[in-house]
Amino acid sequence: MGEAIAFYTISAFILGFAVLVVTARDTVHSILFLVADFLFVAALYVLLHAEFLAVIQLLVYAGGIVVLYLFVVMLVNLKRPAEDYKDPRRRSALGFGLAAAILAELAAIGAWSYTTPPHVVAESASTAMPFTGNTEQVGWLLYTSYLIPFEIASMLLLVAMIGAIILAKREL
Amino acid sequence: MTPTVHHGAMFDTDELVINMGPQHPSTHGVLRVVLRLDGEKVVDADVVIGYLHRGIEKLSENRNFTQIILLTDRMDYVAAATNNVGYCETIEKLMSIEVPRRARYVRTILCELQRIASHCLWLGTHAMDIGAMTVFLYAFRERELILDLFEEFCGARLTYNSMRIGGLPQDLPPGWDKKVLEFCSIMDGKLDEYEELLTHNRIWLERTKGVGVLTAAEAIDLGLSGPPLRGSGVPRDVRKDEPYAAYDEMEFDIPIGTAGDTYDRYLVRLEEFRQSLRIIRQATQGVPEGPIVGKVPRLIKPPAGETYHAIESPKGELGYFIVCDGKNTNPYRFRVRPPSFCNLQALRRMTKGHLVADVVALIGSLDVVLGEVDR
Amino acid sequence: MIDSFVFPLLKILIVLNATLVGVTYMVLLERKVIAWAQSRLGPMRVGPYGILQPIADAVKLMLKEDITPTRADKWVFTLAPIISMVPALIIYAVIPFGDHVQLFGRSVSLYITDINVGLLYVVSVASVGVYGIILAGYASNSKFPLLASLRASAQLISYEVAVTLTLVSVILMSGTLSMVGIVRAQESSHMWYAFVQPLAFVIFFIGGLAETNRAPFDLPEAEQELTGGFHTEYSGMRFALFFLAEYANMIVVSSVATTLFLGGWLPPFPNIGFLSFLHFIPGWIWFLFKSFVFLYIFIWVRATLPRYRYDQLMRLGWKVLIPLAIVNLVVTAIIKVALS
Repeated sequence: MGEAIAFYTISAFILGFAVLVVTARDTVHSILFLVADFLFVAALYVLLHAEFLAVIQLLVYAGGIVVLYLFVVMLVNLKRPAEDYKDPRRRSALGFGLAAAILAELAAIGAWSYTTPPHVVAESASTAMPFTGNTEQVGWLLYTSYLIPFEIASMLLLVAMIGAIILAKREL
Repeated sequence: MTPTVHHGAMFDTDELVINMGPQHPSTHGVLRVVLRLDGEKVVDADVVIGYLHRGIEKLSENRNFTQIILLTDRMDYVAAATNNVGYCETIEKLMSIEVPRRARYVRTILCELQRIASHCLWLGTHAMDIGAMTVFLYAFRERELILDLFEEFCGARLTYNSMRIGGLPQDLPPGWDKKVLEFCSIMDGKLDEYEELLTHNRIWLERTKGVGVLTAAEAIDLGLSGPPLRGSGVPRDVRKDEPYAAYDEMEFDIPIGTAGDTYDRYLVRLEEFRQSLRIIRQATQGVPEGPIVGKVPRLIKPPAGETYHAIESPKGELGYFIVCDGKNTNPYRFRVRPPSFCNLQALRRMTKGHLVADVVALIGSLDVVLGEVDR
Repeated sequence: MIDSFVFPLLKILIVLNATLVGVTYMVLLERKVIAWAQSRLGPMRVGPYGILQPIADAVKLMLKEDITPTRADKWVFTLAPIISMVPALIIYAVIPFGDHVQLFGRSVSLYITDINVGLLYVVSVASVGVYGIILAGYASNSKFPLLASLRASAQLISYEVAVTLTLVSVILMSGTLSMVGIVRAQESSHMWYAFVQPLAFVIFFIGGLAETNRAPFDLPEAEQELTGGFHTEYSGMRFALFFLAEYANMIVVSSVATTLFLGGWLPPFPNIGFLSFLHFIPGWIWFLFKSFVFLYIFIWVRATLPRYRYDQLMRLGWKVLIPLAIVNLVVTAIIKVALS
């Protein structure tokens, strides 16, 4: 009962802030609403008993990635006046088209998952793990079943860092 | 108006022009520096002075020679007695007045006390600019002791009017020399305190080593004098090269630096503290008896002529150039060669290529007093 | 009912109030300690020995005129100091002040809650605190505060990496992320982690100095610099919030350091027989005492050391502290595997 109330309240906030992200006039406000969104998504993770994921969401997404967005926005100063835009109607047509495509995709996924039984892998994996805590389970999976994607992700990050350094460094 | 800068990176950037001063906690007075920055590096530093100009040189043309002593106090107000001594000696040179030996000794003691007081102020403000705020209070605590000594001698703490042409206005109060010797022993211990806090501190070293390097040739070209010149390795001190007052009878060393950076200038001044204490001890213990003022005519009217005389003030070579036309009791032209004015010219050369945070350290390292720069 | 609502609410009230009062008195403590280090007395006029000075300061700041720059973003301008202050306060939700006490016939725990990812929660909330600084600079609509805030936030982010790496070493030692668990692990191993992980301790402390923008890493807010700091345009209560947020962060860093490295509420010397009278002093007094020692060291460092230039600061963080933290982590891991 309490969980349902919590879930619906949090979801309402998430959707509300998402709408504000898209409709805010100022880019910085948009980013701030995005941060608020992430905070509530973290709350949702806590509801699902995935505490580690919740905290990592805060640490990495809200505390790292969006800070990066904020830096970029502040330094680049995106304040083009509305008259610059060529044809507002053409752009909104494009927006609606994309939204319709995504909605169709979501509906397809929803229908397919409704008809297909859930995958059995997760169960067998959890019985093989020696730990029961949320953090420990995620760690175990990352370093055994998903080791290669983990390493590839860290390589990607390394490449991004080196790229940034090369772009910004001076002739030394 | 801001030119674009090409580094070879993928983007071009603009230069930023920032105004520092004239009101700023760290410009030691009303100094204005217009900085052109490329990111954080200083490309050019344009020094703008004149905010403290009071027309001392012009005012002197309408005052007689004894009244001008008051005006000289206000130039380098941190070490006022030194200004007085330089001026009086110039007039004495022009009029060939002989100053009794006792007066010369007392002048030496007072000049060296001023050197310590001025260096205390320098140390405090320089350290505070770099962030070590406790040293500021410690240095001023010692400066207070010196100001007390001066107050006992001539009644004032900052602008002394403590010299007269031919000697001093009054003799030393009884027991004053004992207090001076007491002060010397206190100061020795305090100097060790300052050294402990700063000289080998890793952060201090990183902030001052290699910052603002001037080679000896550059220093001579720029016309520097005093600790900035000696810090670059040039062994020039007016007290040794052209002794005045009682310096020819004193035994002391001149500290010379090697690398010409802020750290060396700091070490030079720190050693000057100790050498000043040495001189004060010798002078106080050896003060001869005798008159305190020489034979001076009632009306001071120097013969027509001109003369230049320089002394070593704590900031550098302080010179006076006086032209008299023989008919008046006022000078025809009174010109001062302030050491801070000439030293300040080095700021432009020193700050090139350094970061913004270093500009403050460099201004402190030159030890400029705006009263002297602008007169 | 009482256990799940009333007691936590009471605890929250007590902790929040104590923190806010503590933060305002930190201001007085700093002024006094720095004054004593500089042969002065500090505030002496308001109240005996200046005890009422923080109240006078608070009243003054609240009565000041509320100035907002004309083209500043009003919402963000007001939000920034709040975002600075709130993370410092909510970290207290997981900090354990002591073990259980008996109250009204029940066993009440001396911490608001103990979540199983407590340490990560602390780190993530601290990283959200960076927003306050970034937004303050942006909302002031002036180029100097903007540049200063970017520098300050870059400094914070860099040192966060070093600090988090030292925390990983602590987690390796204790095997749990919960704050209470870490203290109990120190209890069962009879050794505070400051002695087992001295390098991590030192790096954590230096990183803590940098995270809270304290000397010798306070270049972004020093008055001697040209860029006047990210809070240049702030005045009155908003400025007070920034100012207090800095002290609140200091207290939080001290509390976390106490919990992780100095054994939290544990009394020292548990093994020495004749010192067992120390066990009669309640745990939360030990906790407060240890945090106070840290705070004193924060102030002491500020009074003594000069300040690092920005590039030297960044070089220290990236080229010295992070490699050292990684080395510490690897060595800890190797020793742990070898010993098990």
